[in-house]
Amino acid sequence: MKKFVSMMLAGAMVLALVGCGKGEGSSASSSADTVANAQTEAKSEGVMTYAEYEVAAVDDQVVIECYVQATQSWWDNKITVYAADKDGAYFMYNMSCNEDDAKKLTPGTKIKVTGYKTEWSGEVEIAEGATFEFVDGGSNYIAPAKDVTGMSADQLKAYQNQLVAFNGMTVEAVSYKNNEPGDDIYVTLSKDGTNFEFCLEYYLNGSDTAFYDTVGNLEVGATVDVEGFLYWYEGPDAHLTKVTVK
Amino acid sequence: MRKGFMRGVCAALLTVMSVSLTGCHGSKGIREFEIPEEFDTSREIELTFWAKNDTNMVQTAIYKKAIEDFQTLYPNVTVNMRLYSDYGKIYNDVITNLATGTTPNVCITYPDHIATYLTGSNTVVPLDALFEDPKYGLGGSELRFDGPTLSEMIPKFLEECSFSGAHYAVPYMRSTEACYVNKTYVEAMGYELPEVLTWDFIWEVSEAAMEQKAGGLYAVNDQDVMIPFIYKSTDNMMITMLRQLDAGYSTPEGDIEIFNDSTKEILLEVAKHVGTGAFSTFKISGYPGNFFNAGQCIFAVDSTAGSTWIGSEAPLADISDDRFREFETVVMEVPQFNPDDPKMISQGPSVCVFNKKDPQEVLASWLFVQFLLTNDVQNAYAQTEGYVPVTSKAQNSPEYQDYLSRRGEDNTDHYAVKIDASRLLLEHVNDSFVTPVFNGSASLRSAASQLIEEAAKSVRRKQNVDAAYIEETIYPNVTSLYRLDQLDVGASAGGKQDLGPLPTPSKLLIGGLLLVWACLGAAFFLQKRREKGRS
Repeated sequence: MKKFVSMMLAGAMVLALVGCGKGEGSSASSSADTVANAQTEAKSEGVMTYAEYEVAAVDDQVVIECYVQATQSWWDNKITVYAADKDGAYFMYNMSCNEDDAKKLTPGTKIKVTGYKTEWSGEVEIAEGATFEFVDGGSNYIAPAKDVTGMSADQLKAYQNQLVAFNGMTVEAVSYKNNEPGDDIYVTLSKDGTNFEFCLEYYLNGSDTAFYDTVGNLEVGATVDVEGFLYWYEGPDAHLTKVTVK
Repeated sequence: MRKGFMRGVCAALLTVMSVSLTGCHGSKGIREFEIPEEFDTSREIELTFWAKNDTNMVQTAIYKKAIEDFQTLYPNVTVNMRLYSDYGKIYNDVITNLATGTTPNVCITYPDHIATYLTGSNTVVPLDALFEDPKYGLGGSELRFDGPTLSEMIPKFLEECSFSGAHYAVPYMRSTEACYVNKTYVEAMGYELPEVLTWDFIWEVSEAAMEQKAGGLYAVNDQDVMIPFIYKSTDNMMITMLRQLDAGYSTPEGDIEIFNDSTKEILLEVAKHVGTGAFSTFKISGYPGNFFNAGQCIFAVDSTAGSTWIGSEAPLADISDDRFREFETVVMEVPQFNPDDPKMISQGPSVCVFNKKDPQEVLASWLFVQFLLTNDVQNAYAQTEGYVPVTSKAQNSPEYQDYLSRRGEDNTDHYAVKIDASRLLLEHVNDSFVTPVFNGSASLRSAASQLIEEAAKSVRRKQNVDAAYIEETIYPNVTSLYRLDQLDVGASAGGKQDLGPLPTPSKLLIGGLLLVWACLGAAFFLQKRREKGRS
């Protein structure tokens, strides 16, 4: 009973802190950071902390442990993975992976990845060809969305690859890649006169979903709350995972 | 009763046999296509067309208009289009669908890819007989549109679609690679652009552009980023350099020759300039055009079909307006080893027709393919990028000539860089080349790219890239990655190969068939003998 009560209290505290982080613009980051720092976990021997990964130079070899948050579709023994630990987030582009293992890369799964840090058009990632192994005893961590509403592109850079939320955004433009439904959808949203680019990645979400239809049917001028992984392509270009029309 | 039993046995045996034979037929694929006497306009025919565009909305609109216009001429035909922006994805999807017999009817593709599709039996229709069919061939009497005749196809482009003993595609558009040069920066560094770019010149200027001022900014652009030379398609880079040096790549039959001393020299040169930061690739750093437009790259090699994305006033862009820099862009041939004998790659989409059980469906596909070669489609599509039409009929048309003459009138339809890019190929058709096509040529092309990417990445990852490293690490890695030592070159149409011993299921099937025939023979013999006995 005591254990149960403790867990409930801890859970309530986490939710309260996350709640504090939402909807408060730049002040949200400090709350979120507090949560992240409080939750920093020890890494296995030979594995970098997020802080060590962050300062590693481009083209350096990196070894990280992280929790899968989402994957793009598997193809030809490669898979692109969105991942996080309690201190930050990672993006593994075309990680080497067989089809059976790909099916096991479900959200929350803990993996150890060995590869090279790289930067492509501003996106800091682990380069194509990284290898990985499953790590037993992970805690199935799913990162909460961090509210980054109101931040500038420069400020957003610190949250690259993390699951982020932009609230109260205005739809400025929606277009299908190649002007045809069935592929990526490009969405431009604005806040206080500043435009931000978003993308519904076909390989992340597919096109046969209610979510795809919702995004494709967004009307210019509508107000939306969105969540997505903060990918970077010549600027912030979050890969959408959730859209709520207000 | 007895006779009835025998009939039953015979019927059962015949059924077994026919099922067995059907199984055999299924494993061999669809029957060879034969041109129908007439195109049946009374039947509804539905076609699937997998198209490729360059993330250019105008191209999508042109495809849609072409489909609408075609359907107006042939109301019984419906064309459903699926768009891709990557040849590789089309290739992967075709390969997947070949196994299930669900290929599209018409597909934009590369000849290298078709060579792999041909490993199936009768999968892709050879077009030679269709070209010359008096009714439905090129310029045929029964066409409902004014298409090109065979003699109006640009011979060099058509020739690129001929392999394994037949034409398995027609060219749709042609492009080449261009070197987009920031002339302003080149001259600011005290250099004068030669008439023809050479590799020596590019390397020299690129190294000079690495000069930094106190504080770390680059002298030439006053920014903290400068990659003087970026090559988009490193497969083309390696292939073009080898061709210019007259060095080995592959034989027409598919023997791999790429692992030679010239390749090693090229890789050592590449490694040297990656090491100083003077050279990078699309795969490592990003689109050359993005760096070029931001004044962070001086020599950007990319397709002429990407010209609308390149230059200070490019109509299409992925970077924000505030990152653009003002400078003069010049469109030049890719760098050469011998300026007197320039060589550049010929590329661009081709169209193939997949075979189907219904010959009318295939004929409808062919009619649609021909419609894509009409002047309206050719001229409209060629003007979306630095493409050139593939027929002399379109190239010489007043509309196309008028388009070329209006270079620079605006930064949209008549964007100067785009028209210069088209002119580059028009003036150098005879300097363009393609690589041999065989089953496995797509893998070899990927390997050519990987050699440069591996050398570049290795340098960046602090490896010592010397001759030994190339021979002992890069060559084996690339050979293994693309299974170049296991290529089944003879598997494409027209090739001969040793298929090895029959697999057990095949042996059992043949054994079963022999048994069925033996039983049938015995039954027939017994019946005859009985009838003879009665009489």
